[in-house]
Amino acid sequence: MSAPAEYILHLADNAVVLGQRNAEWCGHGPILEEDIAMGNVSLDYIGQARLLYQLAATRLGGDATEDKLAYFRDETQFRNYTLLELPHNGPLVGYAVSDRDYATTVVRNFLYGALMVLVWDALEKSPDADLAAIAAKSLKEARYHLHHAADWLVRFGDGTEESHRRAQAAVDHLFPYTEEFWTPSVAEDAAVAAGAGVDVRSLRAAWDAIVNETLSEATLVRPQVRGYVPEGKHGRHSEHLGYLLGEMQGLARAHPGATW
Amino acid sequence: MSTVVEQVWASLAHLTDPEIPVVTLRELGILRNVTETSDGVEVVITPTYTGCPAMGLIEDDVRAALVKAGIPARVITRLAPAWTTDWISDEAKEKLRVYGIAPPHTTRPDVSVVKFMRHRPAPDAVACPRCGSTHTVVSSQFGSTACKALYKCLDCQEPFDYFKPY
Repeated sequence: MSAPAEYILHLADNAVVLGQRNAEWCGHGPILEEDIAMGNVSLDYIGQARLLYQLAATRLGGDATEDKLAYFRDETQFRNYTLLELPHNGPLVGYAVSDRDYATTVVRNFLYGALMVLVWDALEKSPDADLAAIAAKSLKEARYHLHHAADWLVRFGDGTEESHRRAQAAVDHLFPYTEEFWTPSVAEDAAVAAGAGVDVRSLRAAWDAIVNETLSEATLVRPQVRGYVPEGKHGRHSEHLGYLLGEMQGLARAHPGATW
Repeated sequence: MSTVVEQVWASLAHLTDPEIPVVTLRELGILRNVTETSDGVEVVITPTYTGCPAMGLIEDDVRAALVKAGIPARVITRLAPAWTTDWISDEAKEKLRVYGIAPPHTTRPDVSVVKFMRHRPAPDAVACPRCGSTHTVVSSQFGSTACKALYKCLDCQEPFDYFKPY
């Protein structure tokens, strides 16, 4: 019972895209400790992505390698949630220039972190031994990511008028994108059918409990969401992913096979 | 006359973590096993954090030490069982403390994630590695490396690293 490569790519793309996004704070963090924290969180995500890409490359066979999967696929081939590719601010077009907003960063890390502790917790028990081994390691890291994001969410939400306003704006902006978590893709269905994946819908009640509890502690309101379901994990992305990949893949594509 | 497995352990005994040079790879639990198989000697190592940049260097160090000792052996990276700070020996924990890094507490028994968030257990008191006071406060859950948190001692006022339970 082994998970299909497409499913592993979905997990890997999530990790590499959010790792790349959060790394944008490197050298620009709001305070030194958070600059370092975001660097470390990104390092964890990129480490998880590497293990997952290596596993996907093995399953795909042929000439697939982790580098080819990360650097030489185009945006429509990426299977990450749309939530993870959005820039660190409110609704903007892709080329817009704006100051990054740390509340957006924290809210996104929280909403996704709460999902991933549940996903890795379930996959740790997967009969796919290779995937379960990666899940067991990732779970340890995801717990620290969730703690970090939840602590800051409470600090912002239950902080000053300004921090509360920005945290609520980030929650209102990002919450609709979480709808994508709960609509399984073909790859997710295939992983469940193979007995190796997790049915995301079975995690929803636990995710709701973590999110509602923390939002309430942060004195923030959960917005009513209906209708819109993004489709990043089907390869239909916002305009923001192209800019992100342009920066991430540029060097590898300009100098293919370069070593140092 | 020592066996080849004993020779391999001996040739790797001096290798230390590149970022914490006071503890050996064996004490940290990174160097897992040495076995003699039908097609040669196998050295098993396991990564700490998935993104730890020291792992590549550690693997290179292991290979170089084996070449230097003239022992042909394969180095295999194995993910399961997942590395845990509980594997760090008591001697190594004391070395960490003397070096200025508060050693990790034992990891907590697994609790459901939801319960974990709703009723967060009070964190174990972290003793300052310099003055021993437990009157300390966390400055950031992520310190100089992913495996450490940044703390401050409220008695001697010194900042210090805490090796996080993993």
